[in-house]
Amino acid sequence: MISAPDVVAFTREEELEDELCSEPALPEEYSVPLFPFAGHGANPWAKVASSKFTRDFILISEFSEQVGPQPLLTIPDDAKVSGTFDLNYFSLRIMSVDYQASFVGHPPGSAYPKLNFVEDSKVVLGDSKEGAFAYVHHLTLYDLEARGFVRPFCMAYISADEHKIMQQFQELSAEFSKASECLKTGNRKAFANELEKKLKDLDYTRTVLHNETEIQKKANDKGYYTTQAIEKANELASVEKSIIEHQDLLKQIRSYPYRKLKEADFHPYEPERTLDPASAGCDQDPTTSDPTEPEETPLYAHLPSYTPKLIKAKSAKCFDKKLKTLEELCDIYFFTQTLDQLHHIERTFRGDVCYLLTEQISRALLKQQSVTNFLFEDVSFLDEKPPEKQYRGCQGLSQDAVERKCSEESPAPKVVISLGSYKSSVECVPIKMEPDIEDPQEPKMSESVTFEHQENLDYLDADIKGSISSGESIEVLGTEKPASGLTKSESQASLPVSPSPQAGRSKVGSRRTVSEDSIEVLSTCPSEALIPEDFKASYPSAINEEPYADDEEGGLRFTPKRNPDDADDEREDVSKRESLAQVDSACCIGKESPNFLEPLPDLGQKPCDEDGVVRIPPQPYRQAEQGPRGTFGDFPSHDSISGGLLPYELDSRYPTGSRELSKSSLDECSDSTSYISSAASTCSDRTPSPARAACQAGEKHKKKAGQNALRFIRQYPFAHPAIYSLLSGRTLVVLGEEEAIVKKLVTALSIFVPNCGVYAKPVKHWVTSPLHVVDFQKWKLIGLQRMVSPAGVNVLHALSRYSRYVSVLDADSKTLRCPLYKGTLVSRLADHRTQIKRGSTYYMHVQSILTQLCSKAFLFTFCHHLHLPISEREPEESVVNRRMNFLKLQLGLANEDIKIVQYLAELLKLRYIQEPGQGVNPLLRFDYVPSFLYKI
Amino acid sequence: KSSVQTIGEEQIQNPYTELLVLKGHQDIVRFLVQIDDCRFASAGDDGIIFLWNAQTGEKLFELHGHTHKITAIAPFSSSDASEEKSHLILTASADRTVIVWDCTSGRQVQKVSCFHSTVKCLTVLQRLDVWLSGGSDLCVWNRKLDLLCKTSHLTDAGISALVELPKNCVAAAVGKELIIFRLIAPNGSEGWSVVEVKHLVDHQDNILSLISINDLTFVTGSHVGELIVWDALDWTKQASECNFWDSSVHPDVQPEIKLSQSPNETSVKHLTSDEECVFAAVGKGIYVYNLQMKRVIACQRTAHDSSVLHIEKLPNRQLMSCSEDGSVRIWELREKQQLPAESVPTGFFNMWGFGRASKQANQAAKKTQENTPMYFLELVGDLIGHSSAVQMFLYFGELGLATCSADHLIILWKDGERESRLRSLTLFQKLAQNGDLKLKF
Repeated sequence: MISAPDVVAFTREEELEDELCSEPALPEEYSVPLFPFAGHGANPWAKVASSKFTRDFILISEFSEQVGPQPLLTIPDDAKVSGTFDLNYFSLRIMSVDYQASFVGHPPGSAYPKLNFVEDSKVVLGDSKEGAFAYVHHLTLYDLEARGFVRPFCMAYISADEHKIMQQFQELSAEFSKASECLKTGNRKAFANELEKKLKDLDYTRTVLHNETEIQKKANDKGYYTTQAIEKANELASVEKSIIEHQDLLKQIRSYPYRKLKEADFHPYEPERTLDPASAGCDQDPTTSDPTEPEETPLYAHLPSYTPKLIKAKSAKCFDKKLKTLEELCDIYFFTQTLDQLHHIERTFRGDVCYLLTEQISRALLKQQSVTNFLFEDVSFLDEKPPEKQYRGCQGLSQDAVERKCSEESPAPKVVISLGSYKSSVECVPIKMEPDIEDPQEPKMSESVTFEHQENLDYLDADIKGSISSGESIEVLGTEKPASGLTKSESQASLPVSPSPQAGRSKVGSRRTVSEDSIEVLSTCPSEALIPEDFKASYPSAINEEPYADDEEGGLRFTPKRNPDDADDEREDVSKRESLAQVDSACCIGKESPNFLEPLPDLGQKPCDEDGVVRIPPQPYRQAEQGPRGTFGDFPSHDSISGGLLPYELDSRYPTGSRELSKSSLDECSDSTSYISSAASTCSDRTPSPARAACQAGEKHKKKAGQNALRFIRQYPFAHPAIYSLLSGRTLVVLGEEEAIVKKLVTALSIFVPNCGVYAKPVKHWVTSPLHVVDFQKWKLIGLQRMVSPAGVNVLHALSRYSRYVSVLDADSKTLRCPLYKGTLVSRLADHRTQIKRGSTYYMHVQSILTQLCSKAFLFTFCHHLHLPISEREPEESVVNRRMNFLKLQLGLANEDIKIVQYLAELLKLRYIQEPGQGVNPLLRFDYVPSFLYKI
Repeated sequence: KSSVQTIGEEQIQNPYTELLVLKGHQDIVRFLVQIDDCRFASAGDDGIIFLWNAQTGEKLFELHGHTHKITAIAPFSSSDASEEKSHLILTASADRTVIVWDCTSGRQVQKVSCFHSTVKCLTVLQRLDVWLSGGSDLCVWNRKLDLLCKTSHLTDAGISALVELPKNCVAAAVGKELIIFRLIAPNGSEGWSVVEVKHLVDHQDNILSLISINDLTFVTGSHVGELIVWDALDWTKQASECNFWDSSVHPDVQPEIKLSQSPNETSVKHLTSDEECVFAAVGKGIYVYNLQMKRVIACQRTAHDSSVLHIEKLPNRQLMSCSEDGSVRIWELREKQQLPAESVPTGFFNMWGFGRASKQANQAAKKTQENTPMYFLELVGDLIGHSSAVQMFLYFGELGLATCSADHLIILWKDGERESRLRSLTLFQKLAQNGDLKLKF
């Protein structure tokens, strides 16, 4: 019936291609451009063509209790994306690798139903027939009407490239965890609301029943109870019980974040990209929110219009009711946030894997260059929050942001769950709710805690046995009985965005049905014995493998050991590496990127060793060894494993957060359903979000700037002195009548402008008023309007007055007035005979040369004896001589190039000595040098 | 065509290769006063006083208290050796108040508001530990701001300048007159008193500048360009020069002067001196008057495009001037090479590009032979940053130079080389402090 998912580790590229080549080409595919990713910097070797879909996409599926697995929506929401790919079939696939020992209902020994707060599970699976590989993230949402109150969902990142899934596992996992956390937060919110409504209903029902009973009692003075009266009394009793149960559930769901918060590894959902101030404060800082603030306000505020309904005694579960859609299951704010996050993921992981990897590597490397990276790198990238920050949960939010948020939202219903209020709810809720449960509240809490401990122990136990979690679910699916009498019409209406053909889904629905028993089975089969033999073998490789495994003699690592030097060589040729890596990488998801991303001591690092790779001398730490190599090749070598330190031990280098980290990894190990996936999540937390929304725009800008710059250096023979001006910190004014032309030139030249601080580049695209000395202090590249009017005269007058501070590029008459340049550096940077054709390529070329320049400036700045006398009696002149010699001989700089490095060094110094609290006073440095007029 | 000497963009001797713009004032900044080695205060028409760090350009305090523009400012440091040196400043404003500020805490210490007119000048007599305020009358105050004594109402115009003279005397410029007052310290039962000792009426026009050169001499300059050197002890005229601009001195420019000559062109806006010479900012020009020789030894008749507002003597024979044209210029007093006397004059003037017709120059040559200046002022650098008149500047030696201007800005000019060196020093200190120099693992 259902074929076992063939797990990636066992698929071979050759097989895959053979199969796919034989497949008939589909006309639809030819209708799209041959090279669909051309615009995203991907390479033509992307293996997209072999699959049935044109590009990577995200699929959200549900295991519906009515119709079985069904696709709900895809991102991007475009039928073309999934093409002929059978979403229904694939949903079935991914949902069948279920995972969680979801244990819901009445546990033995407990009077009330317990909610189980299940961890998400993260699995990789592949389908060679379909040419699809997926990272699958399972999660459960709560639904009062669902069986056991849970609805299993999964989000899958589907790609034709298995390496991408494998190698980006960490990142995918981190990003999807964020989305999942967001969705679940919204779901808890919605669930709590639902429970409250239900409680009101029940309360109302009880009142009604109570009144009826009283009336009956009064009417009936015979002294014995009629059957009717007994029935009513029973009904009342069941309603009472139901109320208590629901109250208990409400308390559980409300206390969830509070309980989780005590565990250091809990990361409440925090929106990454603040779109507006209102959404910025959506997660309140528990420390800043007032604990005495009544919890009820946010929850009851938007329910005033709710009128309780009478609940019929036997309204239990029935199959003919419509299940809630995903949208209804989640608070709308969080739902849209989740979708945003998923779109963000889709954008982030677009394109070829080697591109993504290179990007991540260079990003991680650059992040370590904290002394120099601000000079020429993207501001957006530098703004990215450092990885450590993620541990602080929502601490980062400032009080005023929260307050602002509150004041803004107060009249409107509070759609946002605040953690603080969750926390306080534990204390305050009973007062508002029924007085009779006030007393048992404390014991309850402790009970739930102990329950969790028990739970943890169970999981721990399960972990030791191995990753059985997925095994169970597969078994469940395998033993599942064919449908009882469900018809097509009963299948859940999927979200309107679902691109799946209706027919296909209903087919699945009719075939796979769910009975109550199957869930029972799912939740109570913890035994490893249920895992089919062939699955067991494949698990370790299919599920994320972690550096944690190192302490187990490195035995679990399925990685072939490589010669450490190989990785370095391979960097020369990424595609070659790709081909070599193909077989191996499949087994090795637990790559070392987290290590890599750990900030190395800035100054401790040697600029380069013989391999040209940054390394740290002392050996005991694996990072020192693995940092570069592990990331480039993704193959941790044997010797590094023998270092044998646990990841959290390594992290203790950090003064901040080291405790939490080690604690968190331990906690997580003991807490989550699957040991391995928990380790994965620990690591993924260290992984900074890779590329990012800003980059999309940035990419475009880079390309455009590169193209314009290329045009500029080809068009203007005096490009060199102009660029020299920019690099040496002399403001360049582009003067012209037409705004478009000027702005274009400014954009082109902006790639040569060093940043002065963490702020945006000192570039002003268009100015119409006379310039002032303050402007030269602030801006290093200015587009200035030339006007034929009295005002224009003033503008020109000011320009000539301050001519000593500026170089003037006249876009109209094509002249440049600036100091002479006789150096050699700029000619490498801007060769008008360059063979580079593409803007983005040229941009990278510029970046690489500028990076070289940065390293020179770094050396120059931080060489002690170049700036300070060696002995006390050494005269200043000899220091100056030494400095000049270093610049000329060691750094090989000629003439004006020295000024460039000196200027960059000044910027580095300013930046380094800047006190964190106070903004640096922008300086204007200048030279008294004569200018010359260049003409075409 | 401007006859002002210009210097190209290449200025080897100009050390100021770095600038810092200090923003804060909302109106014309007129006064800069040094508090100690690295602090200074600025004040102007917005009535706010700012205290700045001259090294970093950091704004230390913003002193609010006056409601009108500031008319005078004076530092008032305690000379008590026993206490810690306290730095106070006195500010007088058009709102007829004087406020004492504490520069360390940035707080207002005391405020006096019993004046009948605006106080236009403030002088501190350290020796007597009193200070004087000059408006329509002259008041004497002690450190605690008790009014010790005052003169009767002098004129409505009021005292425009005050200078301390020996023997507890002060000279006050009141319009065209120069009045000498003597302060009588408390003696037995009698308290302080101030007595008018002498009335000097030698100036033809308002006295604009009044400085003391040494214990024996002081100098005054008036609106019509008279410069009088006085004996500080018996208040007699030692010498006077009232023909700076006179055609007899500079016959070559006579025609031009006659056309454009207005009092403003010749008014002595500011005076400064060293032991040998008095430097006068006269109109657009700068004149160097030698006290010994009692004559002008060097001049730059049009040093700026418009009036020179402030000049200062720097060490190593340099002179700095600022002007309404928004620039600051650095001059060097150089000895003229003793070429054969006959050929010098023409060469001299032509060299400066005064570009007169040769006939005139020849005529001039004959006349100027006797009193040819033996020195000349060479422009060694100019600082262009302000977009409006530079009101004043403060020379901080190594630390640099602060200039204030009508464009509401203060600019700190610094020696780029030195700053770069200092930054390196700070950098390595910080490195050592952070422990980044050692490899940390």
